[in-house]
Amino acid sequence: MDVIEGIAFVFGDNVDTDQIYPGRYLDLSDHREIALHAMEGIDPDFVKKVSQLVEIGPVVVAGRNFGCGSSREHAVIALKEIGVRAIVAKSFGRIFYRNALNQGLLLLDVPELKLNEIRGGAKVSIFLREGSLFFDGILSFRFKVPSESFLRLIEEGGVISYIKKYGKLEF
Amino acid sequence: MHAIEKILAVAAGKSEVKAGEVVFARIDVAEVNDLYLQVIKSFYELGDGEIVIPEKTVFVFDHYSPAPTIRSAENHKKMREFCREKGIKNLFDIGEGICHQVLVEGGFVGPGKVVIETDSHATTLGALGAFATGVGSTDLAIALKTGRLWFKVPEVIKIEIKGKLPVGVMAKDIILHILGRLKQDFAIYKAIEFNGGVVRALSMDERFVLCNMAVEMGAKTAYIQPDSSTYNYLMGLGCDISVFSEYQTDSDYIYSAKYEFDVSDLTPQVALPGSVDNVVSVSDCEGIKVDQIFVGTCTGGRLNDIRVLAEVLDGEKVSECTRLIVIPASKRIFMEALKKGYVEKLLKAGAVFSTPGCGPCLGAHEGVLASGERCISTSSRNFPGRMGSPDAQIYLSSPLVAAYSAIYGRITNPLHFI
Ligand code: SF4
Repeated sequence: MDVIEGIAFVFGDNVDTDQIYPGRYLDLSDHREIALHAMEGIDPDFVKKVSQLVEIGPVVVAGRNFGCGSSREHAVIALKEIGVRAIVAKSFGRIFYRNALNQGLLLLDVPELKLNEIRGGAKVSIFLREGSLFFDGILSFRFKVPSESFLRLIEEGGVISYIKKYGKLEF
Repeated sequence: MHAIEKILAVAAGKSEVKAGEVVFARIDVAEVNDLYLQVIKSFYELGDGEIVIPEKTVFVFDHYSPAPTIRSAENHKKMREFCREKGIKNLFDIGEGICHQVLVEGGFVGPGKVVIETDSHATTLGALGAFATGVGSTDLAIALKTGRLWFKVPEVIKIEIKGKLPVGVMAKDIILHILGRLKQDFAIYKAIEFNGGVVRALSMDERFVLCNMAVEMGAKTAYIQPDSSTYNYLMGLGCDISVFSEYQTDSDYIYSAKYEFDVSDLTPQVALPGSVDNVVSVSDCEGIKVDQIFVGTCTGGRLNDIRVLAEVLDGEKVSECTRLIVIPASKRIFMEALKKGYVEKLLKAGAVFSTPGCGPCLGAHEGVLASGERCISTSSRNFPGRMGSPDAQIYLSSPLVAAYSAIYGRITNPLHFI
């Protein structure tokens, strides 16, 4: 999982979990059904656009405080299930962050991200162990390389498979 | 160390912890609300077996209370079965109230407790001197399986509120004002402690409002040092306070930041639709027509809120151009409001009451908004689509602003009448 590639879907600051996954669908619990409403509160065509991608998955790119608000794990489940490879944002809501770790969805804190320079649809390449990411191979930003335990958690597909494999959680 | 660090240190079996450190803490209360069947799914994915903390586990049916859809009814059914099977006695079924209030009234929370809830507004409970934080379903399931959960010890920001709170200005106005200044990503991963003369003078109902909305600044938890008001409140609820332990912050503790707010000149505040930190004085938005007024939720549905509303509407009528929905935060509050005559006054004025619980706060039922409608609400969130149609607009205010707005059908400044 050293290099991750995808297509950028760009969002702004303070995208809350009501926008990522509207409250009216909170009674769903099947992950595939949940996925059909990913980002519906902010971009009702998100799921359609993502399903048109061939061979390459979406990477969500956002500003500050992505995933703030309600603790609903549905928000993470929807994005993971629809195939989001990673979320790159200036910062994240903390419950969303924990939920993503638990579900094995890769989040990267990139405080220097310049959203206005990033084109929706740009090709994103993330070099995880080098701490750099590129848009269309040119525009680049750096981030702090995640710890090995963090990466292992993501590689294992989340905390449940991790605990099953290693017996317990350690940092 | 800060009191929060001491709570976490004791819960983790350590003599000392510091900000940034990850600890595995003992959980005193693990609360699951009815939105998250995923807790049970994750629990079983972790393997079969028992809950190691059945007496510390609490289920509350509040978000879908009573069930508005077949699916939510099925979820309730599965949760009831799970509780029966796993020996969980603390099941607060429909109509008991909103989880954060139910936990307090049930005597589960007080100074020194470590509380997790599958709800971001768990920060509310820090008003009692507990460490309380919201988590997702899988985290909660891990706590049920192991009795513990990991936390990164947070840095603490101190917010001192001083001066003299003007008449007609409430805790909701204070926290909206602070949010408007500090913004919604201000305290991500951090804890906020509220302190100062104004906080000390606030009733518990009002202190809860401050801590409740700390999460709208991204805070992991909020904290108010317990004092005699805290203990009187808990004893008034019939709680056994000997089960709680109070911790004091050391005098040499270094806060990550300190802020002071003098509220002596504060006016009633309103958060404009779309984001909680877009806050103005009510005088900057008065006159805007509203289709619905909602007084309720874990932010603004306590007895004090209903009292304020009832006193203003006593002998008045809700404007014909609007509707007023009132939902007490718990059954206990509902009964108190009945006993004190607030419910009758409000019904006579034209208010509509609904089952204690979250109501339309998250757009699930009992008063959701149509497209283009405007609502003024005592709740904590006005994100697009939060209370129904994505094209509806939600203004957030104190119950006092909501009360006068109900009479005039427009956002109204209470200071004109006080
Ligand atoms: S009242 Fe609203 S904010 Fe409070 S727990 Fe219920 S849905 Fe969440």
